[in-house]
Amino acid sequence: MNYGVVSQEQLEKMDEILTEKLIKIGVDCVIIIDMAGNIITAKDNGKNKYDVYSFAALAAGNFATVDAMAKLVGEQEFSLLFHKGTDANIHFSKVDEELLLISMFGKDISLGFLRLNVVEAIEEIRKLWA
Amino acid sequence: MSFINLKDKVVQVKIVYYGPGRGGKTTNLEYINRRFKDQIQSEMVSLKTHGDRTLFFDFLPFDMGQIKGFDIKIQLYTVPGQVKYNATRKLVLKGVDGLVFVADAQQQMREKNIRSLNQLHENLLDFKESIFRIPLVMQYNKVDLRNQGVPILPTNILEKDLNSKLKVPSFEASALTGYNVPESLKKIISLTVMHIQKKLS
Repeated sequence: MNYGVVSQEQLEKMDEILTEKLIKIGVDCVIIIDMAGNIITAKDNGKNKYDVYSFAALAAGNFATVDAMAKLVGEQEFSLLFHKGTDANIHFSKVDEELLLISMFGKDISLGFLRLNVVEAIEEIRKLWA
Repeated sequence: MSFINLKDKVVQVKIVYYGPGRGGKTTNLEYINRRFKDQIQSEMVSLKTHGDRTLFFDFLPFDMGQIKGFDIKIQLYTVPGQVKYNATRKLVLKGVDGLVFVADAQQQMREKNIRSLNQLHENLLDFKESIFRIPLVMQYNKVDLRNQGVPILPTNILEKDLNSKLKVPSFEASALTGYNVPESLKKIISLTVMHIQKKLS
């Protein structure tokens, strides 16, 4: 998939999917990044402002590190990557070999519900390149 | 690889400072962070060991203003220089658009510079990139130590060791005092942006 230049239409659809599937259920912030740490798009609920550029650089590094660790123990990948805090949580999910979806959410949403919605969002995003 | 957002008209460019350990890569970024405070909106991110050595990378986002209506966002990264961290060095190189090779001009570091440059060449090949194609600037750092009586390699030797085949722009520099640090940065930004423009047209 060539994602190097994403069309305006693709971006708008992606934003729509993220808003519909994730922001509306109460996710604070969703970012799609590539594995090099570039931001493809970022959506938030308007309340929480994160430094998304630094976040993307660290998230790409984090994901790559965990991926390398998976290979060391003979796994293809660790498909679920989740950091739990007292008030804030972060969930990482691979969209494909190049893209990563990151959701930041509070304690009002259950992890299971979030995961269901992330899976649906990813399926729809993949269709944009089909 | 750079990312171009046509909706918000933003181009994100990844520039990596590469070179042997204790060569001054992080010091380059620290100087840029101080000097260009106005163009930098967020804090510099540094992942380092207790001994203050870079463990994973430093990250500094840098706003360049507009070119042809596009906002250019430069992302500056360093790699950990220590030999044992090649796995993490490779992770940082993923998607790189431009490189500054920070060589340590001290005489005793001659071999380490060459080894580091060779490894950069190999690491780029793993990403199907070539050191001969990617925008690259050489920086011979720590020339200020000359005044303190530390044996420093003459620039023609450094050029012969590191730049005889590559023939890329090179600068004598002192990351600590800032001498030629902005010049190296400007050069790599212009080379990288030109390279991206060429790829697109």
